[in-house]
Amino acid sequence: MVADFRSRPTTVDEPASPGTPPAAPARSTGVTIAGIALRTPYWVFTGAVGLIFLAPLVWTAVASVAPQAGTNQVDGWGLGNYETLANYQAGIWRYLANSAFVSLLTVALTLLVSLLGGYAFARFRFPGRNILFLLTLAILMVPYATLLIPLYVLLNEVGLQNSLVGVALVLTMFQLPFATFLMRISFEAVPRELDEAALVDGCSSFGALWRVLLPAVKPGLITVGLFAFLAAWNDFMAPLILINDSERMTLPLAVSNLRGQVQGVVDYGATEAGVVVLALPCIVLFLLLQRHYVRGFMSGALKG
Amino acid sequence: MTVTAPSRPPSAAMRGPARRRGRRGLLGWLYATPTAVFVGALFVVPLLLVVKMSLSRWPLLTGDQGMNAPDNFTKAVDHRFFTDSVVFTVKYTVLATVLLLALGLGLALLVQESSRWNSLLRASFLIPSALGLASASLLFYVLYSPYASPLAPVMESLGFTFLGSPTAALLSTTFLIVWRYAGFYMVLMLVGLQGIPADVYEAARSDGASRWQTFTKITLPLLRPTLALTTVLCVTGSLLAFEQFYILTKGGPDNSTITVVQLIYMVAFQGQNDLGVAAALSVIVLLALIVMNALQLRAFRSEER
Repeated sequence: MVADFRSRPTTVDEPASPGTPPAAPARSTGVTIAGIALRTPYWVFTGAVGLIFLAPLVWTAVASVAPQAGTNQVDGWGLGNYETLANYQAGIWRYLANSAFVSLLTVALTLLVSLLGGYAFARFRFPGRNILFLLTLAILMVPYATLLIPLYVLLNEVGLQNSLVGVALVLTMFQLPFATFLMRISFEAVPRELDEAALVDGCSSFGALWRVLLPAVKPGLITVGLFAFLAAWNDFMAPLILINDSERMTLPLAVSNLRGQVQGVVDYGATEAGVVVLALPCIVLFLLLQRHYVRGFMSGALKG
Repeated sequence: MTVTAPSRPPSAAMRGPARRRGRRGLLGWLYATPTAVFVGALFVVPLLLVVKMSLSRWPLLTGDQGMNAPDNFTKAVDHRFFTDSVVFTVKYTVLATVLLLALGLGLALLVQESSRWNSLLRASFLIPSALGLASASLLFYVLYSPYASPLAPVMESLGFTFLGSPTAALLSTTFLIVWRYAGFYMVLMLVGLQGIPADVYEAARSDGASRWQTFTKITLPLLRPTLALTTVLCVTGSLLAFEQFYILTKGGPDNSTITVVQLIYMVAFQGQNDLGVAAALSVIVLLALIVMNALQLRAFRSEER
């Protein structure tokens, strides 16, 4: 389905190449002076709309190093706000490590579970197959909060209260509908002859998965991993409810709490620095993997 | 539809394939086991537990104190913020959905043609969606503050603040959401637009249809499946709004921006510490959501006829 979409004349997932000068839209008839004059309002208008979307990000990055009253960076430009952030409570390295741990564990678990699950749903018929698949998709239908309250109780029961592993398990579960769906269609897009040939040649079903199918579904895995990372890195509600020890907070929680650190007076400079640290990995990944990112959104659309 | 083995008498000829199918079935289960464990332990069990909790007295600190149905539900509905939060959540949902779908479609039409400039535009519309909702809310928390915002002089001279009055807080939060999600809805709209065959447009042009006629008579009707999907997604997401209000407004000013999910969080963990009532609220939200989605899908389907 995805491949079919990409063969259409206009492509959404064509990566932008930053820094290249704007080219004339394909439909404009020749590069005449009149043509350029006609298109100028269009460029100005669309450029302005684009700037509205970029401006808040750029402003935050600049403001985080700019002088500002009531922050650690009062005179001149510098990294004072980042120092405040670095020294907040357990220190930013602790929170970065917590966030990295939760994110990487979520990515690893999501990749593993959805790889095996997608393979099972795409290539095997077994009793309960459709029920299990529908149940997995049904996770999307249930509000986050509806599940987090009983999960808080359940994780307490099994000794995973206040635990980053518990948070990663919960976040993995929330990733499964998208991940399983995407891996299933990725496997289904691979011709059956490929793994059947491997089975005939004496490969075990796991050998066929590992040696033959894995390279074929790699794009799907990258998309699943990317979305799992972004979701886990940015998640706010699960750690808010499941973590109550300030040593174990993830970065979004820490930055959110940091706002009120000095007797209710908000340190806006440190908040800006926190937003930059939070946003940076997401924006870098977005720019590197834009094609996979957009394809993830599209597979969501094609499901409907 | 579950696949069951045929219950014919096992003849010598049948035994081979049947046994192989059984083995394949077993292997399938083996690969599906991790999924089943996650879905079972972290989705099905909590779902059953939340129903049990909604029927039991369940304080945060002492846990299960036995059945008390239907006390939690009456307490939930009688909560002093229940009606206000439902009304506010619905108001916010309508506003966010209308704006996001209109803007998503508008942006999609704007950058529909393939060119480098349009790729650049698409990327800039999409970048905010890579940010977490919490990060985006923190960003706008600073941007809206009367102290640190670059718009502070404007606020001062006009005598208002972005989060100062209930209406301003609602509109400001909606702006943040539109900024964060417009690119996402643009992509979904682009997928829908590209599903419309080019020759339909050609035919309309040769019939002398105006741009507006083409849009209302061709684009919108043929985009219906996409519009249905985006509406369901946007309504569901907006009804469950939490982070943006938790970070930006904390429910204020004057408790005017409490959403239903925020109410659940407040009842469970802030002050009241009553997980039973919070569970009852969660069950109400879940049922409301299922009914809403069913109604929306039916509405879009019956329009199709």
